[in-house]
Amino acid sequence: MRITVKLFATFREGRDKIQIIDVNDKTTSQNIIDMLGIDKAEVAILLINGRDGEFNRVLSQDDVLSIFPPVGGG
Amino acid sequence: MLARYSRNVTTLSIEENEKLKNYSVCVVGCGGLGGYIIEMLGRLGIGHIISVDGDVFEESNLNRQLLSDTSSLGINKAIKAKERMATVNPLIEVKSVTERLSKENGKSIINGANVVVDALDNIESRLILEGICEEINIPLVHGAIAGWYGQVATVLPGDKTLTHFYGGKALEGAEKNLGNPSFTPAIVAAIQVSEVIKVLIGRGEILRGKMLFIDMLNQDYETIVCQGDVAYHT
Repeated sequence: MRITVKLFATFREGRDKIQIIDVNDKTTSQNIIDMLGIDKAEVAILLINGRDGEFNRVLSQDDVLSIFPPVGGG
Repeated sequence: MLARYSRNVTTLSIEENEKLKNYSVCVVGCGGLGGYIIEMLGRLGIGHIISVDGDVFEESNLNRQLLSDTSSLGINKAIKAKERMATVNPLIEVKSVTERLSKENGKSIINGANVVVDALDNIESRLILEGICEEINIPLVHGAIAGWYGQVATVLPGDKTLTHFYGGKALEGAEKNLGNPSFTPAIVAAIQVSEVIKVLIGRGEILRGKMLFIDMLNQDYETIVCQGDVAYHT
């Protein structure tokens, strides 16, 4: 199935900011994060189709996963 | 109307500009974001500004913090905000609070403000500030920066946007590694001030239930709609 991944801020460094990837059924958000070499501890916000997502959620065809690091400076 | 405000018109109507002197805006944090925010609020003619910061200026602030200069190293940031505004626009009353905002003192510091601006430098304090604004029913304009990146959201009572977006986790922000250059606080501060003004005059569209993500390395600006289980989705 096809998944769109949108990365933000530092997660774009060394990676494409939008990626359309083919994955097996039963792939979870966590699997995608691992595949991209992102440390789960660095993820501040995980959205699936614009809604609050979970790491263990099994994704569906055409899901859009948005992944954000924490930005807190002032 | 005063000549000093003549170029605010017709961006703001004469009536809108006149009203600004009656409002109070509390700016929590007078560093990179807060310095620019206070400057812009005062020049627009916001009558009352509460500047809040427990820190003093140090040399590493000089690359980006408008209120810092070589003669103000060691001076409290909230006090410096008041001193500068006295020369920029003496019509503005600035109340300086030289404490860090906390759960204990937060309510008494921001009480009476029409809008609160989040110009803090860590996520833990931002979540505390959102909680206090929620409790005493005051709109909050959030801004945060890290390197080439920034974000802005406007949080109205009931929204709890920051709690939602940060997942209630006080993570260490990416700015710890990326630093903060001169241009990121300026753009995020400007967008925050535009949000404050719109909340006050009730005109235009605000970033409510949304987070604007700014990526100046790629000049990419994206607004994410927050569609969580929060109250503002009607």
